[in-house]
Amino acid sequence: MKLLRCLLVLLALAPFAARAQDDPFAGMGGSFDETKHAIEALAVSGNTQAEPAIVALQDGKLFIAPDKSLWIKTESGAINARTGEKAEAPGGLKPVKKNNAVREAANAALGSLTLFSADPAIRKKAAEAVFRSRDPAALPALGRALDKETDAGVRAIMEQARAAALLSAPDTADADRIAAIGVLRARGDLEASSLLSSINGGSPEVVKSAADAVASIARVQQLWTLAQGVFYGLSLGSVLLLAAAGLAITFGVMGVINMAHGEMVMLGAYTTFVVQQALQTYAPSLMGAGLLFAIPAAFIVSGTAGIAIERLLIRFLYGRPLETLLATWGLSLMLQQAVRTVFGASNRDVTTPAWMSGATMWGGLTITYNRLYIIIFAALVLAALMAALRFTSLGLQMRAVTQNRRMAAAMGIRTPWIDALTFGLGSGVAGMAGVALSQIDNVSPNLGQGYIIDSFMVVVFGGVGNLWGTLVSALTLGIANKFIEPLAGAVLAKILVLVLLILFIQRKPRGLFPLKGRAVEA
Amino acid sequence: MSRVSLNLCLLGVMGGAVLLAIGNLMMPEGSAYHVPTYAVSLAGKYLCYAMLAVAVDLVWGFAGILSLGHAAFFALGGYAMGMYLMRQIGTRGVYGNAILPDFMVFLNYKELPWYWHGFDNPAFAILMVVVIPGVLALIFGWLAFRSRVSGVYLSIITQALTYALLLAFFRNDMGLGGNNGLTDFKDMFGIPLQADSTRCGLLVASAIFLALALLVARYVVTSRFGKVLIAVRDTESRTRFLGYRPEAYKLFVFVLSAVMAGIGGALYVPQIGIINPGEFSPANSIESVIWVAVGGRGTLVGAVLGAVLVNFGKTIFTGVLPELWLFALGALFILVTLLLPGGILGLLNRQARRAKPAKAAEAAP
Repeated sequence: MKLLRCLLVLLALAPFAARAQDDPFAGMGGSFDETKHAIEALAVSGNTQAEPAIVALQDGKLFIAPDKSLWIKTESGAINARTGEKAEAPGGLKPVKKNNAVREAANAALGSLTLFSADPAIRKKAAEAVFRSRDPAALPALGRALDKETDAGVRAIMEQARAAALLSAPDTADADRIAAIGVLRARGDLEASSLLSSINGGSPEVVKSAADAVASIARVQQLWTLAQGVFYGLSLGSVLLLAAAGLAITFGVMGVINMAHGEMVMLGAYTTFVVQQALQTYAPSLMGAGLLFAIPAAFIVSGTAGIAIERLLIRFLYGRPLETLLATWGLSLMLQQAVRTVFGASNRDVTTPAWMSGATMWGGLTITYNRLYIIIFAALVLAALMAALRFTSLGLQMRAVTQNRRMAAAMGIRTPWIDALTFGLGSGVAGMAGVALSQIDNVSPNLGQGYIIDSFMVVVFGGVGNLWGTLVSALTLGIANKFIEPLAGAVLAKILVLVLLILFIQRKPRGLFPLKGRAVEA
Repeated sequence: MSRVSLNLCLLGVMGGAVLLAIGNLMMPEGSAYHVPTYAVSLAGKYLCYAMLAVAVDLVWGFAGILSLGHAAFFALGGYAMGMYLMRQIGTRGVYGNAILPDFMVFLNYKELPWYWHGFDNPAFAILMVVVIPGVLALIFGWLAFRSRVSGVYLSIITQALTYALLLAFFRNDMGLGGNNGLTDFKDMFGIPLQADSTRCGLLVASAIFLALALLVARYVVTSRFGKVLIAVRDTESRTRFLGYRPEAYKLFVFVLSAVMAGIGGALYVPQIGIINPGEFSPANSIESVIWVAVGGRGTLVGAVLGAVLVNFGKTIFTGVLPELWLFALGALFILVTLLLPGGILGLLNRQARRAKPAKAAEAAP
């Protein structure tokens, strides 16, 4: 009953409300100035007929009758612009005249009218536009839009837009300004900060509050920058981890200095290229999954190459690490030249599938998908490698051979065969790293060269023969690099990290997590 | 290493250099004995590389330190010489600036960086050729040997060292010409560099310094000090237990070797006419190791032989079949380590030894 009475009162009041607002269409079709004012009044009126009328005006389809009634001509007949109802138009219609000022007003009005759109995404966009323009003229429209807004996300942006507009309006009260500054401070991004630092004049409280807000935003931004740095560091670290994981097996576990390790990575990258080419020719529909095919292919190609290298070259050089180093360096030169002869010296295009390109925002963090997937891939590779060493019989035999070769042989393990398989495993992992690196680096014959020194540093820093050490050291080096970079520049950061590493190795020649016990001397 | 073969080598180097110089300067153009100037420079380049090889052999062959960063010392000596030559250009550069070298004008330098001061003085520059590589080797070696970093670990960090220097010298902010390096030299000690006589003089100077390096190296390795050094190479811990301090021996020979490499680099730059950061690339250092391995590690003479032979091969190959050079070099690395661990000299010595017992057996009734 109460509700009904309420409604009745409202209904009774409605005509008064309309009258109190005046007719927003008044003046439309008069002088240019009157038309312009009418448009501005319409834009902020919240009248549902405002948008069609202004659009019609822009298109030259708004007409005025001698009795000042306004009509929109459409193909199916005339519409009364004030009511939106179809009706028979009176005679003597004249188009509403426009000049540039009127057109401009119409454009601006349509801009704020989208604040009332039914689609929240459009409302949000309109609010963002107002935020950027900081136009005080949009304030009345914003106010009304806020009253109606139900979507919390859009509402927040509208509040921020209103704050921005309030701050640039000359006649805002100090209390409102301070409240507006509070809203912008909560927004906390660079745009808010630049808006706030552009405030000059006003009472001391306003200036102080603005300065505080800028400082607070700067702190928040610093945290995000830090987080971004950590992400980039993790990304670089995962690349280093991928490149070094195979080396952690061949160098770390077997003690073989394989200078051709980088070339195993390079072979993996070229395998990716070949797999993609083959798919493009024979099964274009599978292109998106090309990388998934390339991973096992690269493992097999590089792994096979590794086994061949071990059987044909390295097994003759066990116990002579310096000679191994020189021979494998020679091998790396030959492999590079072989790839250059087959594929050419220029970079090869490896396509990035759609699901790996692009980026997402997470708070103030930009996360590129390819980097994200490489981090995940590196983690998976390391986990798989550890599982292989820990849970498979091959892994058991590998560990047995590295711990005590003669005893393992006495137990019936074919040690030469295990050596070859271990080397193949390390090389295969390097090949899988090549698949990932093909996504972020140039696939050229020199691809591996860029990683060999870094990989060795990672393994040595982490402690030889220790996969966890390799993980910690790769991530540490990656993050350290990315944190020194903004201070010193990319190249200098790399140099500094190298120098720090050289100094570190002097202090702890066996790395972060040295092996203890008898295995050390072996 | 026999005294005879080293003397032969000295004779060969000096005699060869002098003959080439005579062939270039005295013989008329068109004569069958005329030596073109480019060949003189080429021979000079080989001799500088041979100095680097002797330096590598001194540490690798006699102290067991496989340095994969020796080209860094070579390049540092080269840069010190290059800085002196840059200052000698004076107003003859493209921009005609009396104080600043061309690249600095180009990069908007306002004044000469502090570390360039003094390089207009030849005596200072020559001092720096010795001091800069020496001091770097001293610091690096002191840190490394004190904490007993050895074997492949040492090899890897020496490689990291030269890689870090490579990156550093590529920077324009370094004030050393960035990736273009230092070039466009005009003259040296007031003598125009392009003249044939200067080229021949540099060749003979390279031969003299190489001979000196060989003599110094022989003196060191045949002395009592050298005996301890070889003991350190073969069993470091046993030598330490006998009361020697291996790190001191290693440090001394490492610094001596770095200085030799630096002098080689300083002689290399005026003959080549350019020094750029590419000289720091780890590949260069590893290549210098293979020269020693080819000639025969721990023989000194073998280092010279290997450097000259491999580089001669490189000149021929890159001229005729450039795409095959890396195959050949790679194969050389593999074949020498697998089949020829003693290098060429090792092979010769083995045959000589095989011949001797045979004679001895005949002599014995």
